[in-house]
Amino acid sequence: MNKINSIRKDWSLIETLIAEDRKILDIGCGDGGLMEQLENNRNAITHGIELNRNLAANAISRGFNVVHGNAELDLSQYSNNSFDYVILSQTLQAMMKPKDILSELLRIGSKAIVSFPNFGHWKIRLQLLISGKMPVTESLPYTWYDTPNIHFFTIKDFLNLCNEMNIVIEKSIGLTSKGKQFDISESVTGVNFFTHEAIFLLSYKNFEPIKIKSSKRVFAKNSVIAN
Amino acid sequence: MKTKFTTDTKLESEIAYFENINLKLESGDIIDSFKLAFKTYGKLNADKTNAILVCHALTGDQYVAGNNPITGREGWWSRMVGPNKPIDTNKFFVICSNVLGGCAGSTGPKELQNGSDVAYGGNFPSITIKDMVKAQSLLIESLNIEKLFSVIGGSMGAMQALQWAIDFPDRIFNIIHIAGALKHSAQNIAFHEVGRQAIMSDPIWKNGKYFENNEVPERGLSVARMIAHITYLSENAMHRKFGRKLQSRDIISFGFDADFQVESYLRYQGKSFVERFDANSYLYLTRAMDYFDHDETFRKYIEFSHDPNNHLKYLIVSFTSDWLFPTIESKMIVNQLNSLSREVSFLEIDTDKGHDSFLLEEPQLDDVIKGFLTNNFAKIDE
Repeated sequence: MNKINSIRKDWSLIETLIAEDRKILDIGCGDGGLMEQLENNRNAITHGIELNRNLAANAISRGFNVVHGNAELDLSQYSNNSFDYVILSQTLQAMMKPKDILSELLRIGSKAIVSFPNFGHWKIRLQLLISGKMPVTESLPYTWYDTPNIHFFTIKDFLNLCNEMNIVIEKSIGLTSKGKQFDISESVTGVNFFTHEAIFLLSYKNFEPIKIKSSKRVFAKNSVIAN
Repeated sequence: MKTKFTTDTKLESEIAYFENINLKLESGDIIDSFKLAFKTYGKLNADKTNAILVCHALTGDQYVAGNNPITGREGWWSRMVGPNKPIDTNKFFVICSNVLGGCAGSTGPKELQNGSDVAYGGNFPSITIKDMVKAQSLLIESLNIEKLFSVIGGSMGAMQALQWAIDFPDRIFNIIHIAGALKHSAQNIAFHEVGRQAIMSDPIWKNGKYFENNEVPERGLSVARMIAHITYLSENAMHRKFGRKLQSRDIISFGFDADFQVESYLRYQGKSFVERFDANSYLYLTRAMDYFDHDETFRKYIEFSHDPNNHLKYLIVSFTSDWLFPTIESKMIVNQLNSLSREVSFLEIDTDKGHDSFLLEEPQLDDVIKGFLTNNFAKIDE
């Protein structure tokens, strides 16, 4: 099958975080663009949830497994660990309860991929500092009274929340507003200032299976994290 | 079309006879021989991978597309099934059979009892959705089709599609389940009961033996149809269509004639229904729907009797204004399938046309059915 190119820059980065032949849930999947890309390029089995009726209908018409519904209400129906990856792209800031969603992502999926616009970007800080009004930028293009984005947060806020929730950040990619890409964990200073958009690969704990050997068989047991 | 006959099956001019087959019904009763009237559209491909079974609703029949010789009108889903239609008969081989217990040629209460010249009437055994599907599966077998590409149905048809997924998951690739539910709700049973009481309180019904005098309990059956018809619409759709408009006069009669258009519409619906439907069959089929209940059992069936590697796909569709089979009922199916990580798609279509939406002009329904079938067929055909 021919590889298809990403329509969005963050999609091509998300693809780099995903191994072959995995089962994926895309929350806010739109018309299935990312699902198509991952099925083609990563041989993934994909499922999606989409709130918008017309987008959901498009995705279904294009042959994808998409459920028309609201992630904040409908995630509870999925079983623990039923996906390898759960993707939440550019929507965490629009959720009523971002913390609950984050823990749901890692309950349903072994790993979660979360991307969001960084409210700590220098342009946003500058706008607020100088104009004294809520910033309107290309990644957050809405006025305060008419925005789906109800929870603004910066990379620092997100890192703190992950720490508090015992979430392990396996990989993190930052994008500048010019589309330049860098590893958030390596460039410590100024990350929160220059990152326009951030993509995180999360899991609860990156552990090795404990192997218990008996004379005949090898048992593998997952360790449990103690809080 | 070539058909190989099983030892007990005869296929004659779109009626399949199953003789001495001793079909055991869910009630425990046994029907030793029965027949199913069916229609096919399009051509079965060489690999026999393009067969679709369409299941009709309560008052439907096998004439899903083209011309219906009973009514002289177009088939009940001719807007959906046909050449270049969403269920494209240039591409798919579409089968539709009259359900067991029906009255359009399949064995049902109005047919003669085996080896006698008396109709079954009230002696017909109680039929369930599972029994209908079992009979259909025998038909599909006798057509030598190992695996159906899809089973599609709305309302009672959706119940049959779901039953196929439960009973014969290995013999289908996907189901399209429209305006259905895991169970028939208390409210729905209540409406059916009113309809049945209307029929049974018609003095002509005579315990189901009206045919002995060549009579039909027209009053009761038409009232049953009128009640049911209201449940298929929505308040908004009725208001849009009729409002309080008067029928062919400018002033009200201060009597009980059909002053309002909505009244004359319902009377017409009742009257034309009597001409094409058997009252006993209506009793049996409404009962079959009432008995349908997979509320507690569906998840277990799907979890334990299915090979988890069997990628059976589900498309579930509901309508915002359908209060007979509301969206919440469809979502219960979706939730259970999602909790088992099954491949399910779900769409709630925004419309004011009520339960009947699945039979009416709904472009989004056409799009998802066409797209779902085309894309999934391309995948199995690879």
